[in-house]
This record gives sequence, C-alpha cells and structure tokens, in this order.
Amino acid sequence: MSEQIRLKKGLDLPVKGAALRKISMTVVPDIVALKPTDFRNLIPRMLIKEGDVVKAGTPVFADKKNPDILFTSPVSGTVDAIVRGEKRKLLEVRIKSDNSGAAVKFNVPTGFFLDRENVIKALLESGLWPCIKQRPYGTIADPSVTPKAIFISAMATAPLAAELEYVLEEEFEALQTGLTVLGKLTEGGVHLSLNARNYISGNFHKFEGVICHYFSGPHPAGNVGVQINHISPISKGETVWTVDLFLVAAIGKLFLKGVYDTSRIIAVAGPAVVNPSYVRCCAGIAMEQISDLFNFAHGNIRIISGDLLSGKTVGREGFLGFYDNLVTALPEGDYHEMFGWAKPFRLKKFSSSRTYFSRLTPRKKYNMDTNTNGGERAFVLSDVYGKVLPMDIYPVYLFKAILAGNIEKMENFGIYEIIEEDVALCEFVCPSKIEIQSIVSEGIELMIKEMS
Amino acid sequence: MSKLRKLTDKIKPTFSKGGKLSFLHSTFEAFESFLFVPDTVTKKGVHVRDSVDLKRVMTVVMIALVPSLLFGIYNIGYQHNLAANAGMEFWEMVWFGFLKILPLYLVSYIVGLGIEFASAQLRGHEVNEGYLVTGLIIPLIIPVTTPLWMLTLAVAFAVIIGKEIFGGTGMNVWNPALLARAFLFFAYPSHISGDEVWVAGVDGFSGATPLAQTSEGLSSLHYSVSDMFFGFIPGSVGETSTLAILLGAAILIYTGIGSWKIMLSTVAGGLVMGLIANLAAPSADCAMAIPAWYHLIMGGFAFGAVFMATDPVTSAQTESGKWIYGFLIGVLAVIIRIFNPGYPEGMMLAILLMNTFAPLIDHIVVGRNIKRRLKRAKTV
Repeated sequence: MSEQIRLKKGLDLPVKGAALRKISMTVVPDIVALKPTDFRNLIPRMLIKEGDVVKAGTPVFADKKNPDILFTSPVSGTVDAIVRGEKRKLLEVRIKSDNSGAAVKFNVPTGFFLDRENVIKALLESGLWPCIKQRPYGTIADPSVTPKAIFISAMATAPLAAELEYVLEEEFEALQTGLTVLGKLTEGGVHLSLNARNYISGNFHKFEGVICHYFSGPHPAGNVGVQINHISPISKGETVWTVDLFLVAAIGKLFLKGVYDTSRIIAVAGPAVVNPSYVRCCAGIAMEQISDLFNFAHGNIRIISGDLLSGKTVGREGFLGFYDNLVTALPEGDYHEMFGWAKPFRLKKFSSSRTYFSRLTPRKKYNMDTNTNGGERAFVLSDVYGKVLPMDIYPVYLFKAILAGNIEKMENFGIYEIIEEDVALCEFVCPSKIEIQSIVSEGIELMIKEMS
Repeated sequence: MSKLRKLTDKIKPTFSKGGKLSFLHSTFEAFESFLFVPDTVTKKGVHVRDSVDLKRVMTVVMIALVPSLLFGIYNIGYQHNLAANAGMEFWEMVWFGFLKILPLYLVSYIVGLGIEFASAQLRGHEVNEGYLVTGLIIPLIIPVTTPLWMLTLAVAFAVIIGKEIFGGTGMNVWNPALLARAFLFFAYPSHISGDEVWVAGVDGFSGATPLAQTSEGLSSLHYSVSDMFFGFIPGSVGETSTLAILLGAAILIYTGIGSWKIMLSTVAGGLVMGLIANLAAPSADCAMAIPAWYHLIMGGFAFGAVFMATDPVTSAQTESGKWIYGFLIGVLAVIIRIFNPGYPEGMMLAILLMNTFAPLIDHIVVGRNIKRRLKRAKTV
C-alpha cells in the first residue's frame, strides 16, 4: 500500500435513512427516459422520432457539436414521447420498454486490436462514451483529446451514497475489463482511489493495471475532484478524465458481451424512504416504479436523483439520471418555526457549527428536510467554507471572482479544479445561505464560453 | 398552527407585492423572519442546509457581549457612588447604571435600525441582522456621559457612511461601531476623552482612566492590577472589565464565531510592542516603562481584541492573514498609546487602520497561494 492521503477537512452529514445491504426490489423497466439535461453543455440532435422502435443500444440523440458522441437507448421498445420545455429545449426522451431484451450487437475489439482508436470507436458507437467526463468543467470528454490521466474514485462519501463494494460485488470481471480498456486511452495511467479504512475487506485493491491511491477522511474525500487535487492537480491547459466506478462496470460489460447494458444496483435512501435499501434496475427508470419505497405520510416529499448535496430534484414523475446510482427522498421543509433561530437547543436540527449543540452528539442521525433555515445574506463569515473543502484553494475568493466575472482571477483561484459537487458542502454550511453551486455553474459556463 | 402564525398569514398579502402596504415589504419580512424561521425551501444546489444562519451567529455574539454589558451597567453606578460618595447599595448602583445606559441604547437602536430598515426598503432587500450587534456594541465603547444628540449623529454616520453606501452588512470596509466612536472622537473630542467624561452624574469630577494616568508613567497610576482586571475603573461602559470580556471571548472561541487567531495575535502584538518599549525606556517612570502586560487590562485593548478586531467582515479573511492582521493591531495600539501624548487610547485607531489594510494583507496571502499553485509539481 502506497502512502495514505489523510484529509481532515470536510463533513459527513448525519442524515437518517442509510440504505441497508439488501435488494428490496427488482424493477422491470416500463418507461425509461434519456435526459439531455444530465450532461453539461450538451446541445442534442434527435436521431429518432416518436413511435420508432428501438433496441438497447440504438442511438437516440447525438451531440450537435460532436456528432460522433451518441446517446443510446438503455432498453428495447418504442419511443413513447419526446418532451420539450421552454424554447423547445429537449428535456426527455421517453422510451416504453417491451422487455424483449433485443439489443444491438456491437463489434468490440479484443486482444491485439484493443488500442486507443478502436476503444474510442466502440465506446462512441455504443453510447457509453458519455460515461467519461473531463476535468476541467465536468463536461463529456472530447474523444480527440488525449488526457493526462484517468481518475476513478472507488470511495463513496456523499451522504447516503450507495456502498460501492456492495453494489459492485458481482461485477469484478466487468470492472477489471473496463479498467483495462480505459487504460488504452491515456499514457498517464488509470488512477483508482480507495478508501484507506476498509479497502482490505473488498475486492477493489485486487485490480490489475491501475495505480492505486488510498484516501481517508470525511466527505468530500470520495469526490474524484478532491482526489485529483491531491494526486496530480490540474493546471491550466491540462485535461484529465474521470469515470464513475459503476459506469466502468458498464464499459466492461460492453467489451465482455458486446451489448449496451446499463443494469445497475441503486440505493434508495433518505428520511422519507420507508425501507432504505437497494434496487436492481437500469439507467433512466421512472421514480413511479419505486414509489412504494417512499413515505408519503410525511406530506410533501422531495425525490432526488443523486445525493442530498448535488442531486437533481426529479419528483415522483421523474426519472433516474444517467450518472446516478442513488435516489434520495426527504421531507420538504415548507413550514414556519416560531423563534427557531433563537431556541437554545433545537435538538432535532443538525448544525456543523457550534452555535448549536449537535457537535456534542456525534452519533445522532437527523431527519433532515429542505428548509433553508434562514434567509439569504451577503458573505459574512470567512472561515466556514475552507473547513469543508480539503483542497489548496481559497473558496470565497474563487466565488467572488466568479460573481465578478473575472476570468483571470477564476483561473488563478482554481476554477479548473472544481465542479459543483466539490463545493457542495461549502453551500451546506454557509450561514448566509448563498447558492454556491449555482455560482460555480455560472463560472464554469462562462469559462466554457470564453475559452472556446 | 399558532394564532400568531394565522395573524401573520392574514396580514401578509397587504405587505406583499401588489398589496396596499407593499412599500413596507422589507420591514414586514424582517419582523416575520424574526418571529418565525421562514418556510423557504432549497431550490437549486444543496437540498439540505445547516441550521445555522446569520441570526443565530449574531445572537451568539450578543450573548458573548452580555457579561461586559452587565458589568458595565454596574460599574456606571459604582463609579458614580465612588465619586459622589452617595453610599449606594448594590442594586441601587445597578439601577443607576441601567437608567444611564437605557437612553444610549434607545438612541443607538432606534436610529441605527431605522436607517437599516429604510435602506433595506429602498433596495428591496431583506433587513440584515448585523446592526443588532453593532447597536449593542456602540454604547459599550463610548463614555456614558455622551450627549444623546451626538450619539444620534455618530450612529447615523456609522450606518450610512460606514455600511450602507458600501452595500450593507458584509460589504463594509470598517467596523461600523468603531466608526461611530471615531466620529465622536474627531468631531467632539472633549466629550469622549479627557478626565471628566467617564463618571456619570457628578459634574466636573475628574475620574482619569488608567491609560490617562499611565501616560505620565507608572507612578501616576492609582488603580490596582486587580481593579483593572475586574473592571472597577473609569472608562467606556463595556471595556473596563477584562474578566467579563474574557467570558465573552470564551463563548466566541468555543462557537468558532470569533477568530482565536486574531485574538491571540493581537495580544501577542501588544505584548511584543510593550516589551520593546520597556527595553527602550529612557527612565523607569515614563509611558514606555509600563509593564507590557498592563496594556492588556487597561483601556479598550481587551474589548477591541475580542469583539472589534474579530469582526468577520472587516478583518482579514485568510487564515494566515489573520495572524498578521491581529499582530499589527496589537503593535499599533501600543505604539499609539505610548508615543501619542494627545490621545492615550490607541485601540480604536489601530483597528480602523488595520481594517483598511486587511484587504492588502489578504491580497498578499492569496497571491502567494496563486504562485504556489502555479508551481505545483506535475507528478503524473
């Protein structure tokens, strides 16, 4: 084991409803959706129309700027609806699954032919290319670029995150294949970051052909952006690629079986989940299909594809996101609390600050809700943000540079190294209730616009 | 749902957009959010939020100020009793002090909050809670005999020029409470310094503060160390008792709201400068020869270090910058005290000066971070 990287800054949210290690449901897909909005900065071009018959792996839309990047149907069936929003923005393509299992058979390279060019071709054709994201900016990787290295986190620290060792228990072979394939794409190697505390009990340290790193610490230690910052920080002009580990398994399955297989085990967790546990399903499933797991007795609840910090609200009528293997549900906080801020104890509320007393009960879990717990103000406290960001960055300076639209300062303060999820905890702890992730999104959009 | 909530909901439309009193929207919102944590939910970004907000933060600062306030009230009566030889009991002294300080608070809050509400209204913002703390501090850092009309002007100056023209809490360069004091100091010097302003209710009584006495040297000091530490000395209302201030410091440090780095480095700066002066002192009985640690318990040093230098908006924002910022405040405060015969107290000017330079300190610290990040070894 190489040197362990110990991160001290950060925060594990003590929220109730972590998924227990059991599969409570296997979802046979009915209507699944493919959402262009899951991909940053994507302008889609439709390749099919309503009523068309598709197989698993049939292209549905392509990237207008790079038509080689295809997005394919996760199931076989017929195109049920193409949902557009304001200004005809494409929001969802809904596909009604016929569960026939019909799949496009892809010719995947093996052995001698397994080189960079052929791997890229297979990934593009199959619709698995979007699994690869690039840093800076967290957009879909550009296949014409050779990245400095590829980084993968095998450590999930986000609140209520699916336990990777558990959901990928049966996928060792697929993962190894996926990692080998990804290794063909870069000269800098595939860097796998493991949890220093418990990697020994799992399989992840047994992979071959990867460079392992060992991290310990609270969230966001499991975020790949934070790990890159400690392994090999991104400087101006450099590009690295990142892939979620469970999507590496999908890549592996393509090269093992020649089909686009998005089956995955997701965690369904949170304070408004009846039976927090795991569900076997595929990409893009409808929340309606797992609605038995949600506890509507709470009144208004919010259903999120992803985690509590950076996930997207999808609601009961929504669908699982492309990059997500977690669905979180929690009560809405739309209530007034009399003199809430002045109550000395408020023992049911969590705060990382010592102005409350939750620090004294470190094991307690909380029924968190979506109340903002206060109104929005200007930046006042300066030292709360750095305490939850284990990177060599001055977060408030970066945020203010973004607000000022100053490109040079944004570069200097580290815009290349972060995406929203890395500063999500800064937003959580912010006593001024500033929407920091939105600020970072604006900054990234501005950078993409100015730098292209 | 409580009756109050029902009432609030009933009158809310009147103050909302399109309602008859919609021009009072900010005022209504301020009172509503004072009574109830708002029912707003997260929209973009994080779905859950920490339960701390600025109201809570400001409340903690106010609690930390309570020991100094209570002792200050008592000390007003105590000093009066001493000067007038009135033979008052404990509660009589407290009552006397309370009656003296009450008008100061009424003026401070009515004027200050009035301007805050008006400017929030003009801008259509929510009312900031920052002034609750500023308004509590201002009467604590001025002589109790300050005429109310002067205080009115000072508060208006501090809030308008010190804060609102910059955009309100979070945007200001100087600590507003100190600006109020500086306004008084430069506009009406005879009412805020000298020997005759510190004791209430006894005209023409000369109650020199320890700082005024020691400007001549240690032999002129008529107060014991314990009197100075516990606070039985004339001075601005809240600054006299180092003990009460330490209680506040403990609260601020425990909750993490006041930066211990700034407090510690300010004390260190004061001590270092005091020691240098001691070493260079030409004789054993001059201002330079006062033992360095006396500076910590005299005048406004402790109060300034704990409650004013640590103001998160006007202090240095970077962690290493805080050390430099605090240290220089301590050094400057002692320099001004010793070498400026016209005005024995240096804390106010030291903090205002360093408020001005805090962005520069941060600029240097952040610049080093940028350089370091550019030089980082490319390991892969």
